[in-house]
Amino acid sequence: MEKAAVSIKDMLKKDQILSAGHRMCAGCAAPTIVKLMGMALRGPTIVCENTGCLEVATTIYPYTAWEIPWIHVAFENAAAVASGVVEAMDVMREKGRSEDEHVDVIAIGGDGSSFDIGFGAISGMLERGHDIVYMVYDNGAYQNTGIQRSGATLPGQETTTSWAGKVEPGKRQRKKPLAEIVAAHKIPYVATVDPYHYRDFIKKFRKALEVEGPAFIHAFSPCPRGWRSQTGKSIELSKLAVETGIHPLFEVIDGEEWIMSSPSKNLKELKPLDEYWATQGQFRHLKDPKWDDFKKQIRDQVSHDWELLRKRCGLE
Amino acid sequence: MPERVMFTMGDIACAEGALSAGCKYFGGYPITPATEIAEWMSIRMPEVGGAYVQYEDEIASITSVIGASWTGAKSMTATSGPGVSLMLEAIGLAVMTETPLVLVNIMRGGPSTGQPTKGQQGDVMQPKWGSHGDYQIIALTPASVQEMFDQTVQAFNLSEKYRTPVFVLADETVGHMRERLVIPAKKDLKLEYRKLASGPPEDYLPFKPGDDLVPPMALLGSKYQFYATGLTHDERGYPSDKEHVQIELITRLNNKIIHNADKIIDVEEFMLDDAKIGVIAYGTPSRSAKKAIKDARDEGIKVGMLRFKTVWPFPEEQVARLASQVDHIIVAEQNLGQMYYMVKAEAAPTPVHLMAKPAGMPQLPNEILDKVREINSL
Repeated sequence: MEKAAVSIKDMLKKDQILSAGHRMCAGCAAPTIVKLMGMALRGPTIVCENTGCLEVATTIYPYTAWEIPWIHVAFENAAAVASGVVEAMDVMREKGRSEDEHVDVIAIGGDGSSFDIGFGAISGMLERGHDIVYMVYDNGAYQNTGIQRSGATLPGQETTTSWAGKVEPGKRQRKKPLAEIVAAHKIPYVATVDPYHYRDFIKKFRKALEVEGPAFIHAFSPCPRGWRSQTGKSIELSKLAVETGIHPLFEVIDGEEWIMSSPSKNLKELKPLDEYWATQGQFRHLKDPKWDDFKKQIRDQVSHDWELLRKRCGLE
Repeated sequence: MPERVMFTMGDIACAEGALSAGCKYFGGYPITPATEIAEWMSIRMPEVGGAYVQYEDEIASITSVIGASWTGAKSMTATSGPGVSLMLEAIGLAVMTETPLVLVNIMRGGPSTGQPTKGQQGDVMQPKWGSHGDYQIIALTPASVQEMFDQTVQAFNLSEKYRTPVFVLADETVGHMRERLVIPAKKDLKLEYRKLASGPPEDYLPFKPGDDLVPPMALLGSKYQFYATGLTHDERGYPSDKEHVQIELITRLNNKIIHNADKIIDVEEFMLDDAKIGVIAYGTPSRSAKKAIKDARDEGIKVGMLRFKTVWPFPEEQVARLASQVDHIIVAEQNLGQMYYMVKAEAAPTPVHLMAKPAGMPQLPNEILDKVREINSL
């Protein structure tokens, strides 16, 4: 089995799974996330991917940026297709028709296809216990169709179906706590990651591959086009999301053991959300004092969630 | 509202048509190339006191529309082929429960994800045959920004009148093209609203039809007690496994459309008076055909067009009449041939020639002109 490449030196030596020349937008974090995922791989791997920005822009005809076997499915069913792949690979191996001792199967979806339309397929995969790593790259909206709100869109975020204006401050609903919901399926491994904390990312992804049964990785993925943020700031934004409690880093083992990861654990306190909002045009309207009460609600919610998470992780 | 003029895209004209028709509920989900309808509705619905709600997928959007319609709100959703594929079960449910609703399909290249940003007319059979069981459907095919508005209004009127789901089938080119749109003053629009239940509640039979085969509708929350179900049901609405109940119900559901087909079907006849070659087209290819026909006329070729503004119910009589007049029929559609087979069956023995183009760019005027010349030389 290949080792995970965690140090920069090893990373440079490891084969990249996504080649240069893909058509992702400038500053998009998703290709970085895929490359980090590649650093964790341990051998033959198959990727099943939902429709989304990453799928479209890495495979524009007649090219593909993928260096490993990859299949595009419909919008909602990477988890189900991956289940079929796992089952069939097992049969092939039993019959002695597969040369590989083991093949890792990874399913990838954006937040639209994971939080919303493909949610049922993920839940089914988890319940069946298929040995798959499902990774969501969460850029907070349906960016591929032009920035519509999703179940992952944050409160206060403006999208083209959750407008900010005189009467509305962008999306009002809270973000679906997907990692927690997945953990409630009592699967072996759930982790949240971001591309700034790359060692943490790679180690967690490797753990996800190594556990027997389903594992889930929730990757935070800044989107300069949709968020109206600077293209050079995506990695910094990932760090800031961790520091402000927008995307805390943690692991959940067997749905029961909650572990706060070092970057989050080492925070003395959360940075103010205003710092995060100030980096993105999609939150610009929140500067208006008329949303002060609304902002307070969001701050309270984030800090409440943070305290709850700390408690779960035994950090009181 | 007085008359308004806009320079806008077909998707937005569709949304405005819905609003003018009195649509108060939009259940949506993003999908290229129909997303602009949802986006526009998310802005406009709150302005007219209606609701725009985005769902987690297309199955939820259309079923929410069924729920909303039963409260009495004129309701709709908009999507593209992959979304319609997910909605097919609910279309059958809407047919069976006789729920008025409008479903807009801005057609893109398929099957599957296909070519999301390119237009096609590959989904014209889907409304009719996509859901399971025997049913009739109404599907309109606009060819301009103005018609996106007009036919969306018409779609609401038909859905209300016949208590049935109605499709607006527009190819992506029509959905995304920008043209002048005149939104008539409200007083100049003729709007229909479903026939509502009346009389003493104890006598009410929710699925007992009137002479037009359409039962008056009781709304959720009204004084009428009723039961709506996707199961085969009798006039009381109660499920039944009796043979005669199934036969009576599905015959009536089909007949309420078939018997009114002449009132529903809308076509445009273009330069057909003395035509010896008839072009049949709908949506964007019909616009290329118009230019081709004018050019062919300049060359002395007697050609005209029968343009479908309704593809379901299928304009059988109009096609038969055309077939009896012309020597040849050309069907130009942006697919591998779908309406072609319907036309062929109806037009026999008049020869029908298919001009298929299953790609994003519709047939160009000169391509249709070449075909007309070729047929003329036979």
